[in-house]
Amino acid sequence: MILVLKGGRILDPSRTLDTKGDLQIEDGKIVACGKAPAKALRSSGAEVIDLDGKLIVPGLIDIHTHLREPGFEYKETIASGCAAAVAGGFTSLACMANTDPVNDNPSVTEFIRRKAAECGVANVYPIAAISLKSEGATLAEFWDLKEAGAVGFSDDGRPVMNAALLRRALEYASSLEMPVIVHCEDKHLSAGGAMHEGLVSAELGLAGIPSIAEEVMVARDLLLAEYTGAALHIAHVSTAGSVRLIRAAKARGVRVTAETAPHYFTLTDAAVRAFDTNAKVSPPLRGVEDVAAIREGLRDGTIDVIATDHAPHARTDKEVEFDYAASGLTGLETSLGLSLALVRDGVLTLPALIEKMTLRPAGVIHVPKGTLAEGADADVTVIDPNRCWSVDRSAFRSRGKNTPFHGCTLTGKAVLTIVGGVIRHRDL
Amino acid sequence: MKLTRKDILGIQDFSVAEIELVLDTAESFIEVSTREIKKVPTLRGKTVINLFYEASTRTRTSFEIAGKRLSADTINISASTSSMVKGETLIDTAKNLEAMNPDIVVVRHSAAGAPHLLAGLLKQSIINAGDGAHEHPTQALLDMMTIRAKKGRIAGLNVAIIGDISHSRVARSNIYGLTKMGARVSVAGPATMIPRGVETLGVAAYTRIDDAIRGADIVMMLRIQTEREKNNIFPSLREYANHFSLNSRNITLAREDALIMHPGPMNRGVEISPDIADGPRSIILDQVTNGVAVRMALLYLLTGGDE
Repeated sequence: MILVLKGGRILDPSRTLDTKGDLQIEDGKIVACGKAPAKALRSSGAEVIDLDGKLIVPGLIDIHTHLREPGFEYKETIASGCAAAVAGGFTSLACMANTDPVNDNPSVTEFIRRKAAECGVANVYPIAAISLKSEGATLAEFWDLKEAGAVGFSDDGRPVMNAALLRRALEYASSLEMPVIVHCEDKHLSAGGAMHEGLVSAELGLAGIPSIAEEVMVARDLLLAEYTGAALHIAHVSTAGSVRLIRAAKARGVRVTAETAPHYFTLTDAAVRAFDTNAKVSPPLRGVEDVAAIREGLRDGTIDVIATDHAPHARTDKEVEFDYAASGLTGLETSLGLSLALVRDGVLTLPALIEKMTLRPAGVIHVPKGTLAEGADADVTVIDPNRCWSVDRSAFRSRGKNTPFHGCTLTGKAVLTIVGGVIRHRDL
Repeated sequence: MKLTRKDILGIQDFSVAEIELVLDTAESFIEVSTREIKKVPTLRGKTVINLFYEASTRTRTSFEIAGKRLSADTINISASTSSMVKGETLIDTAKNLEAMNPDIVVVRHSAAGAPHLLAGLLKQSIINAGDGAHEHPTQALLDMMTIRAKKGRIAGLNVAIIGDISHSRVARSNIYGLTKMGARVSVAGPATMIPRGVETLGVAAYTRIDDAIRGADIVMMLRIQTEREKNNIFPSLREYANHFSLNSRNITLAREDALIMHPGPMNRGVEISPDIADGPRSIILDQVTNGVAVRMALLYLLTGGDE
């Protein structure tokens, strides 16, 4: 099976390649990529796709996804999540451990990998829990989990309040060369909160989650990473103070990487004003100055990765009083369109954006992805940067229709998603 | 002038003209409650449901009396008797009520935004009778009616609101209403009870009761919710009473003709000393009387009545 992507703008941050050219795929691998490729363009049986005006980039990687299976299949399944991923241009996902049962032992890790392999649509990399049941008390068996296929450890959604436990997790994971991914939230400071503490919460009378609930934990975790020398990845950065702390830590040489998600550089707490539960997310949408700081952090490299924090929920989880609504929004199918706005706004160059959605996330979880190098797995995303489209949640492949972007017009869309040489999404 | 809105969700989106319309209409209803036969046929055949997910004596009774004096059929549903305890969602409960064709649903709920959720789904008019710490629009309207009746105006008055501003829907609705009507509003409480950014709502914030009361025409005391003590909002009722209670000493800082208000229920001896609550400047019971008139006015205006 030979596939030739012809005449697109090839962007490969792994080799700082930016050229108009062709890409050839054979038997699931990239065999030629660049200006003068296609040793066998005339090969019989090759499918040739003309991509004039399109971008050819490494398959997008999301290292922060909630696939909900096992346990919450009514919100999402591995199959529906993977379908959403490829529709949004993602070829690889790392899925969080807060399933039921929690992914704190090899049997759950293996279950996720088997399910993902059965559906075969996207690459799925399980992130295992830091602590048993993510209860923050007892370290999970990192070694076994790594051998079962876990790519990192996180109690995402259940912040590790015990600093001593996180210290041990960092040390132990470090000896296995595995990242620890932290959801930074001081549960005492955020207790009872439903939205960002700021002017809008003062207006609405909703209990606030202050920026410092995130920042005191970012500060603590940076100190622990610095002390242990272990690799720390900070999930979904949402505040100006966190950006400032991470920037300073990086300048000191702390081994830290950080991610944010499109909603944190697109929306503010004003989105909550009409009590829209689809704008309820953890951490919460922040203030105008935070959004500006997140954008600056992306621009200057403080924030390495754009993840989705894809958190699908069912209608029943969201069509309730704001205080009682589940937190999270579904993100796989809107992430690319929202992120491309950063290029138009002059925050990031196109290669820099693609790097934060491919090479950098691959580096965090140490997977050999995010490259169009010859010999690499043929995970490729083709983007039409000029395609205007309207977000219609009823058309989502994800079971989660919980998006605050329904009805928004976005520019830029994945029009071809190839995973392991097989076309999994086509919208040319 | 007619009230053209479908729902009464909060004072924040009320115009000055709408507030004046409600107050004027309410004044015209005062007389009904003083008759020997306290009933007019205005809302005959209309159904008003009071859906209360939070305990209330004053507000629920006030709405019920308001409806009955206008000859509406009023039905009270409280959380303890509703199917909420059986796990039915707010939306399902409301849709079931809607299917019985009421004209107005009055909602009180501990979650901010709950009436807004219903307003978006139900064809009936929704009146917010208090949603979490967000708004309590009928309380603010009856407060403004009382102030206007006693002082002849609202514009230019100095109003001090004392207590837990952060967790008070009464404070928020009054801040929105009084500032719209041209009053100068000061709030005071320990910093744990003052929401960050409250100044953006157009008020002056203090952490000493004296600073807010000084020169006030109206002093509005808020009920201190004793369960807040558990969250370390304040160390003890004793200490709170020592520093934030309205008493015969600090009242002298207010204008000589200053009037005292309280939305009730009062904690006597905590936020207000009994001699002040019962004293000649207290208009606390006038507020209750006017509450019935304001709610009659809203029921009337929402069912299509006009001046």
